[in-house]
Amino acid sequence: MSTQDWATLSNQAVATATVIFALAWLAHLAEWAFGRQPARIPQPALVGADGAAGRPDATPSPPDRSAVSGRAGLSLTVLAFGVLLVGVVARGVAAERVPWGNMYEFATTGLLVATGVYLGLVRAYGVQWLGPLITGFCVVVLGLAFLVYVDAGPLVPALHSYWLVLHVSAAAIAGGAFAVGAAASAVYLVKARAEARDGASTGYLARLPSAAAIDKVAYRVHAFAFPIWTFAALIAGPIWAQYAWGRYWGWDPKEVWAFITWVVYASYLHARATAGWRGRAAAIVALVGFATFLFNFVGINLFGSGLHSYAGV
Amino acid sequence: MASTRSASTAPALPSGQFLRWTWRQLTSMRTALLLLLLLALAAVPGSLIPQSKVDPLAVKLFADKHPTLTPVLDRIGGFSVYSSPWFSAVYLLLMVSLVGCFVPRIAVYARAVRARPPAAPRNLERLPASASYVTDQPVPEVLDRAQRLLRAQRYRVDTDSDTTGGAVRAQRGYLREAGNLLFHVCLVVVLVGVAVGSLFGYKGGVIVTEGEGFSNTLTQYDEFSAGALFDSADLPPFRLQLDSFQADFQLDGPQRGAPRLFEARGDLVSRPGAAPVPFDLRVNHPLAIGGTSVFLIGQGYAPVITVRDGDGNVVFSGAVPFLPVDSSYISNGVVKAPDAAPEQLGFEGFFLPTAVDTADGTPVSAFPAALRPRLGLFAFHGDLGLDAGAPQSVYVLERDGLTQFTDANNKPLRMLLEPGARAQLPDGLGSISFDGLRQFVKLQISASPGTTVPLVAGVLAIGGLVVSLTLRPRRAWVRARREHGRTVVEVARLDRVSGTDLGSDVQALVRSLQGEPTTSRSS
Repeated sequence: MSTQDWATLSNQAVATATVIFALAWLAHLAEWAFGRQPARIPQPALVGADGAAGRPDATPSPPDRSAVSGRAGLSLTVLAFGVLLVGVVARGVAAERVPWGNMYEFATTGLLVATGVYLGLVRAYGVQWLGPLITGFCVVVLGLAFLVYVDAGPLVPALHSYWLVLHVSAAAIAGGAFAVGAAASAVYLVKARAEARDGASTGYLARLPSAAAIDKVAYRVHAFAFPIWTFAALIAGPIWAQYAWGRYWGWDPKEVWAFITWVVYASYLHARATAGWRGRAAAIVALVGFATFLFNFVGINLFGSGLHSYAGV
Repeated sequence: MASTRSASTAPALPSGQFLRWTWRQLTSMRTALLLLLLLALAAVPGSLIPQSKVDPLAVKLFADKHPTLTPVLDRIGGFSVYSSPWFSAVYLLLMVSLVGCFVPRIAVYARAVRARPPAAPRNLERLPASASYVTDQPVPEVLDRAQRLLRAQRYRVDTDSDTTGGAVRAQRGYLREAGNLLFHVCLVVVLVGVAVGSLFGYKGGVIVTEGEGFSNTLTQYDEFSAGALFDSADLPPFRLQLDSFQADFQLDGPQRGAPRLFEARGDLVSRPGAAPVPFDLRVNHPLAIGGTSVFLIGQGYAPVITVRDGDGNVVFSGAVPFLPVDSSYISNGVVKAPDAAPEQLGFEGFFLPTAVDTADGTPVSAFPAALRPRLGLFAFHGDLGLDAGAPQSVYVLERDGLTQFTDANNKPLRMLLEPGARAQLPDGLGSISFDGLRQFVKLQISASPGTTVPLVAGVLAIGGLVVSLTLRPRRAWVRARREHGRTVVEVARLDRVSGTDLGSDVQALVRSLQGEPTTSRSS
């Protein structure tokens, strides 16, 4: 296959993955819509002594349409992950380098990581309840990524460095995990509010695990992402900057916002250990952290100036 | 502390107590958290307002655009946010809070590491995860087995015994706090290391044109800044000569014009008397000369220009760096000929590497490489203002004492030269010629001593962070007592950080203690 064929394959794969993500999202929305109907079976108490995620008994006599939709959503997400993986790898083959050289490539790789982290968590902790947010996020971001699409090609000289592999991949992994963490924190806020209001929620909300269990998942994802972000932004970034620009830290807008993201997530970790900040406030801080990450990626790339002008658009 | 008085109701605190109260507030987690959020907020303006240390040109453009806002911003340090008093105040307070928080914690931790694991609570069954069972094994045998099992799970184990039986107390995950402390200590080391390193470092920029050289002395720099403890006599006395510069750009496809390769070649004399050594300098591959590094951070075109005055004398000759404005390398530059007679001559111009003819005469460059180079010039005569004594930028023409040459329609005279062409100025005041084209490189020459300390501390900090975020300190107790001729065994575990499924963990421990499943109760 020529590089042109690989490039075409990559484009088709990413487009296909977008469609599959959209279908997965619809399936999860259907899961939610069916779940809104009053529960036909009495819900067992979901909070066990161990605080682990309890799931409702999934064997009602008529088929549970909500559960079926949810499983379809999950299967479609697995499929979309595989197709997106093909897209990212083919992109790298087409460009004859790691596919992390511009905004489009970073977005596709970051979403691949986010979906991978999500699917890993589904296996480990059964976090299917993140499905609607994760698939919706993937659809929206992949759709927007086409706006900053550039053809696969070689890199500008400033990116000719093996630090591209370390710095950008670490940033993509941390960013993907932050996305999952933000989704979990958002679900937490909804569930905690429902729990505070009436204690025993109904419909879809009742199918979610307890707020405490959701909070635990959110914390774990953030605790995984934070050291990686620290490495990407505050170790690998400065080392590369030293080689490329002769200074390891220069308050370039991208650096400033990477620093802000780091400080906000550090605040999140502290907030979880501070009385009066646990729970709701901490979850909001986590969402703010993800917002700063997104602003750094979108706002600074497209509208800002500075040395990190690699959007390619 | 003997005092139980509430701070809010006390009419007048003794000053010592007030200081202690302030200190406790400053070093509390809540304050640290607020300071962290404040730090994030305080860093924002510096990314939105141009910073004079990052991009002085952008600051100048901003000042021209916002004449009323600029003085206000300038007064509050808006153009140097990261060295402003308020930004410094936030991070210094954060540092004090941090140090005040972890120094006592180190002492607490040192005691905790030496102390025995905490004793078993009286009622183990009241703990969130506990179980009990009855066995025929004697008490010492049960406790002995519990010790071995817990040790194998990397618990620190100790035993107590009393008249009816005994208990095993165990704790693990001591390294969590160590990792946490390591992270915070390393953070301070990084910041101190960066601060100290910057005192001794220096950074300078210089433009070198093909065929020219650079000697590492202060006077040769276009811009230079150094730390407070840097002595310019310490500049290593190297010299480099730039022979050629190669710039390759993408020729086709959607990324046409994107840079592909920048490479500077020349000779380096590392110290006076040393033999010249060829070098090749690329982006991401700095040249190391002792502790000093030379970086390629920019490039552009330097048209070779000759100016003759009204008497026909050559009053200027040389390659003039034109600074690129955008990625198509449209570049701006200035030529000053103070020795011209009868009047001084000045030129403002633009350079187009690949000029495209447009209907309205707008200068457009279609490609960054010099495929169809054109030099556009506006000419001035009069007083260049160089005698006033105030230093002038070589890239700016002071127009106050100058009159612009005009054409027949009384419009500003514009000359567009191709290489080798010469244009005459009106009224026999002289001529200017575009003799050839060279390229220039912008070099940054800098030394940042002491970067090893922050780097090592940073890597250690990440190690500490991972340990403190993954390890879970856990306590376990096994109590056995003799009752009615049999042994009652109680097992409990307690996590100091919530997270794992302790219930099944206790069950697992019970099963291994018994060696076989029997009736057990779990709550």
